[in-house]
Amino acid sequence: MKTQTEHINRRSFLKRIWAWLGAIAVFEFAVMAFSMLSPGGRKRKRGASSFVTVGYANEIVPGSVIPYKSGQFYLVRYQDGGFIALSLICTHLGCSIGWNSSEDQFICPCHASSFDKFGNVLNPPATRALDTYKVFIEEGLVKVDTSRKIRRTGFQNSDLVYT
Amino acid sequence: MEINREKPSESNKRARNLVLHIHPVLVRKESIRFNLTFGLGGMLAVLFLLQVFTGVLLRFTYVASPDKAYDSILTIQNDIFFGQLIRNMHNWSGILFVLIAFLHLLRTFYTGAFYDKRRWNWIIGVSLMVLVIFQNFTGYLLPWDQLAYWAITVSTSILQYVPVVGERLMEFIRGGENVNASTLLIFYNFHTAILPLTIVILMVFHFWRVRKAGGVVVAEKSSPDMVPSDPDLVLKELVTALVLIAFILVLSMFFNAPLQDRADPAFSPNPAKAPWYFMGVQELLLHFHPFFSAILIPFLFVGGLIWLPFLHFKEKQQGVWFYTRKGEKLVLIAAVVALITIPAGILLSEFVIDVERMLPGIPLIISSGLIPFTAVFVLFALLLYVVRKKMAPGNNEMILFIMSFLMAAYFIFSLTGIFFRGTGMQLMWPWNI
Ligand code: FES
Repeated sequence: MKTQTEHINRRSFLKRIWAWLGAIAVFEFAVMAFSMLSPGGRKRKRGASSFVTVGYANEIVPGSVIPYKSGQFYLVRYQDGGFIALSLICTHLGCSIGWNSSEDQFICPCHASSFDKFGNVLNPPATRALDTYKVFIEEGLVKVDTSRKIRRTGFQNSDLVYT
Repeated sequence: MEINREKPSESNKRARNLVLHIHPVLVRKESIRFNLTFGLGGMLAVLFLLQVFTGVLLRFTYVASPDKAYDSILTIQNDIFFGQLIRNMHNWSGILFVLIAFLHLLRTFYTGAFYDKRRWNWIIGVSLMVLVIFQNFTGYLLPWDQLAYWAITVSTSILQYVPVVGERLMEFIRGGENVNASTLLIFYNFHTAILPLTIVILMVFHFWRVRKAGGVVVAEKSSPDMVPSDPDLVLKELVTALVLIAFILVLSMFFNAPLQDRADPAFSPNPAKAPWYFMGVQELLLHFHPFFSAILIPFLFVGGLIWLPFLHFKEKQQGVWFYTRKGEKLVLIAAVVALITIPAGILLSEFVIDVERMLPGIPLIISSGLIPFTAVFVLFALLLYVVRKKMAPGNNEMILFIMSFLMAAYFIFSLTGIFFRGTGMQLMWPWNI
């Protein structure tokens, strides 16, 4: 009688080991599959920042809004000379906004959100100000780092970059 | 139906044998009445096969990369013999697939085919419905034209409103910040491998569970007569399949699948619309904060569908459309009430009520989310209260009413989005768009 229970115990022990090994294998496959799901995405994001050189700071007139569609941003220079690079992607659902100079605002064609020159929401459905990119000024040249978008809730003076 | 039953030939026998893999030898006469099921489930199986067939053909030419995808579609259309026709068929049967799957879901609901033995099959069915939508959705991106690019951009952007993990989830699905080469590859892989495989597996399970439940749902009081499935059922199935295929062929001969300009990430077309089956959600997005319209409400709805067979029902009316006389009346009332209140609500929220303006300074999630959502919810509860008082429905009739109302509402939202929204998503008449 005793040997029999031992026997069963050994068997159930082995069974349990099998089950665990199986679970671990499944987990490994799941992790593998998961990392395969994002082709190159993760790595590229962490990689070196990519700069777009816009031009000489003193050649950009204060008050101008210049689209850089290839870099996915608008470079804006305010009357006081400060620079900001606004992402052209609407924060509502991702359409690309257009600059309307007569109304002095950015307007999204998709659901008609509008944003002021600083990227603040003027009209919903958008709920958040436009994202920005970092602006550098090196030896008089304006450069924009397009590798990373910066989220924000609204405009602050510190967003502006001066020469 | 009188069919001459001569001695079957050898090949005929073999075909019969094959049929018995799917059908029992005898079926209830009542269960093959066409207007009980309208053959919708069978149509879906045919559509699936058609999709696999045309899809595999398209794969021979299609290239899933942003700089080649669009050109490969042009090659299919212009340089390949019957290429345009195959693409059209894939397009139209894809649309019909979603549509008929939805009708099939409605049929099972309205004939009460979700109790007891059919409970799990109802859930498999709801899962299949979701998979079919995603099957279509992932295919939507592949042509890489303006329509595809912006529809997917707008729809995947919704994910960013999921609390906490939203932004990450969106980037994970897109394989990057924006819709890009990785997105195309991911969608392509889901469209041509993962989703169809999952659908096949669930489909087999779905069929098997129908047989386990004793075939298609029939009314308890219906006649117990049995007929041989071959030829009585098989013939009906064949005719339905052939008519469906003919219909798709004709459609594909006269109407081309849409193809707009090559995708341009810097320029959104105006208006940029989501795929048609998400149009109702898109319409809701114009009235409520995205978290409520695109996440909470759809989530509650699908959750409700899954929960449905686990509710406690006092009486289970099966196999009869709309359950009872009163049920029929309630469905009609629901449709009429929705037809009046929903357009009125859309107009009100578009032109009159502007909670954000009335309560400036309050976070948008409250002013354009919580407040209007609660208001609508209270109104709906009031409606249900009135119905309960006036009609005294049983609880399955009540569910019938709720479901019918929501369906009608979604239908009207979709129509508004598809036909009445023009430039800048302004409300306008269809002929002015
Ligand atoms: S995407 Fe810009 S308003 Fe909706």
